[in-house]
Amino acid sequence: MVLQSSLKNCLQLSCILRTPKAGLRSTTSGSLIIQSISNDVYQNLAVEDWIHDHVNLENRQVLFLWRNSPAVVIGRHQNPWQECNLRLLRQKSIQLARRRSGGGTVYHDLGNINLTFFTTRKKYERMENLKLIVKALKALRPQLDVHVSDRYDILLDRQYKISGTAAKLGRTTAYHHCTLLCNTDKFVLSSVLKSPYKGLKSNATPSVPASVKNLFEEDPSLTCEVLLDAIAEEYATQHHIDHHITLINPADETVLPGINNKTKELQTWEWVYGKTPKFSISTCFNMVYKDSVLDVKVDMDVKHGRIEVCNIDLPEQWLPPALCSELVKSLVGSKFCPNETTTLATTLLGVCPQDDELHNRWNLLCENMVMLM
Amino acid sequence: MIFVCIHRVRSCSSIRFIKSKYVCVFDKSALKFSHQQRLFRTSAVSCGQIVQFKLSDIGEGITEVTVKEWYIKEGDSVSQFDSICEVQSDKASVTITSRYDGIIRKLHYNLDEIAYVGKPLVDIEIDASKGVAPEEDVVETPPMSHEEHTHQEIKGHKTLATPAVRRLAMENNIKLSEVVGTGKDNRILKEDILNYLAKQTGAILPPSPKAEIIPPLPKSETLPAAPKDKARKIPVPVSRPIVFSGKDKTEPVTGFQKAMVKTMSAALKIPHFGYCDEIDLTQLVQLREELKPLAQIRGVKLSFMPFFIKAASLGLLQYPILNASLDESCQNVTYKASHNIGVAMDTEQGLIVPNVKNVQVLSVFEIASELNRLQSLGSAGQLGTNDLTGGTFTLSNIGTIGGTYTKPVILPPEVAIGALGKIQVLPRFNGKGEVFKAQIMNVSWSADHRIIDGATMARFSNLWKSYLENPASMLLDLK
Repeated sequence: MVLQSSLKNCLQLSCILRTPKAGLRSTTSGSLIIQSISNDVYQNLAVEDWIHDHVNLENRQVLFLWRNSPAVVIGRHQNPWQECNLRLLRQKSIQLARRRSGGGTVYHDLGNINLTFFTTRKKYERMENLKLIVKALKALRPQLDVHVSDRYDILLDRQYKISGTAAKLGRTTAYHHCTLLCNTDKFVLSSVLKSPYKGLKSNATPSVPASVKNLFEEDPSLTCEVLLDAIAEEYATQHHIDHHITLINPADETVLPGINNKTKELQTWEWVYGKTPKFSISTCFNMVYKDSVLDVKVDMDVKHGRIEVCNIDLPEQWLPPALCSELVKSLVGSKFCPNETTTLATTLLGVCPQDDELHNRWNLLCENMVMLM
Repeated sequence: MIFVCIHRVRSCSSIRFIKSKYVCVFDKSALKFSHQQRLFRTSAVSCGQIVQFKLSDIGEGITEVTVKEWYIKEGDSVSQFDSICEVQSDKASVTITSRYDGIIRKLHYNLDEIAYVGKPLVDIEIDASKGVAPEEDVVETPPMSHEEHTHQEIKGHKTLATPAVRRLAMENNIKLSEVVGTGKDNRILKEDILNYLAKQTGAILPPSPKAEIIPPLPKSETLPAAPKDKARKIPVPVSRPIVFSGKDKTEPVTGFQKAMVKTMSAALKIPHFGYCDEIDLTQLVQLREELKPLAQIRGVKLSFMPFFIKAASLGLLQYPILNASLDESCQNVTYKASHNIGVAMDTEQGLIVPNVKNVQVLSVFEIASELNRLQSLGSAGQLGTNDLTGGTFTLSNIGTIGGTYTKPVILPPEVAIGALGKIQVLPRFNGKGEVFKAQIMNVSWSADHRIIDGATMARFSNLWKSYLENPASMLLDLK
């Protein structure tokens, strides 16, 4: 089934989405299937927000299909330091996003499909949605052993997780979204979702790790396009609408007024890191300097992503105590972030007497501190 | 005198009232407030009803949730539909919104506690004058006198708007029926009122108090520029007072700003003097055009900075005092052997100054390559301590953003800094007295007057200038 896109469709969409009365008059009354043309995780999450806030779902439901370039998406109340390897993410330029729904951390790339089911709050029903997906998969390949677990996961061969679920409920609308592993890079997935940070204590929602498998491994003819099409077909059948997918551009303000502000908000540090529930770090590390090994103990409390309390225990006189307490004082109130810590540390050094030995020791301490972030 | 207030309130299964009818007793001193009662909440007399707002059904048979975030605290006032808290249940995150206008009097749970469906979540004191009834339009229209209509129901429909929006409309004498609502169910939002006002006065109002002024970076889109342009031409006389509902915001100084505060406070101790000049870059521009593709083939982006940096290093070989450091007590000057030339970079978070180490032994190409590395690390926020420390001299290319002459501030423990303005095409006279098109850039130097005198700075600048105006001369002195 060929995906259609045209200006007419976009205008119809904006009419339908914004004025329910017009929607009833339009030819495509009833439920809607839309697909994003963007692979930007922030833009796509913004579309979910927009639909959640603006679309009247009394007489219709919406299925939103989207895929992202490599990104790690954490749940609303999670701690990114606990959930993934932030150093690796920065090195590989993988995006980090915090979604508004609950649940655990997932890795997205173009081999993963995201599906969002929008309904009114009364019609919120996750099992039904997942069963729809399973039905679509079985219709495509009857021999596939897929079923929905009681944790709202979809399992392949009774043991491999191919889909995880999360949901968001507002005052009148709700959405349930889930992933579907088609052909994701499992190696990157497992390495980024492993946190190297030790000594973290928090009440943030923890993720439950699971063994995963791609549908592609089971049957190489199952590409993302094939799967998207099959699920859209099943949705169309169950909702008595045409199998017609409307493409939307998440950057288009005329169709989705206010969307760019939503995208920007999702990208802010305050949202991605600042919404982390309060946590504490209590850890120690060894520093090798010349011929000796030094033990350093660090204790920090982090609230809203900023350091509230900081304590660094160093061997006595290894660094001037005044300078160390200056460092601790500067860190309090700053973001728990390698960039800020490096900047502050290097600035403090700049206003210090010039001494290569001091510089080397200071840099060593700072590099190790930054490794905690 | 006794006033009896009887309110009819919509009954709902999830609300439990403490009292459904009540009597307010006013004493004589409160009498003067009575005629204003309708539009203002008075704190002198508190006869609000405390309502226990219960956690409503989540669906799927869920009975308990965890409270993850409170958006309000005790004593805050809320409007209907404001978010109260975020709760989580088994991978579902639920936003609980208020059903009432009022003041939060009690939160029944702390963070991370389990909350139960059907049990009280918060206690809200409902404002006596407003009650829970669906919103009504209480706005006066401009041509009508104030005695007429204080309540309006338009064609039997109640205009939907929150109390905050209605207040804004009322303060600006706007009829809600004339405003197009763009919210859910055609609800009128604050943006709609502002847009309506903008149409009335012909000026574009700031979209929200939180909007920041974005500097005109070349990569930014035209959208942010438009409101600024329009804001500059406001000669249209305004007949109605425009209400700007912004508030001052105080934040602690942290992070990058804190670092700047420290550096600049230390820099204050240095007595700065400035020296400025203009450089004719016509020949350099041509040279760079020729060399750019060669560098591209080798995978490096070649800007003007590598030339400026190399020329500075050649100059420092002749005037090493500019690459020195003065100790705290001003007793000793240390002449640094390495030319670690810092390049000021403007990143999203703020100003950072990584440096290129040992420029004295690097070729222009190597400097360009190193700059590329520092720039990509800088924009990704991944510069390490080594790249950010050990600088001995700094160049700041503020000209990429704009400006001609500036007064740069020396970054301790250095003793000199140069700021480069933008390259402009200007008419100049050549040796034969003819006017030609020249590519002119301005440079502004600052130096520590305790150990550097004007003559030294001038001679260094002249040497640097001669290398750049006649790039071939750099060949003679390259090591």
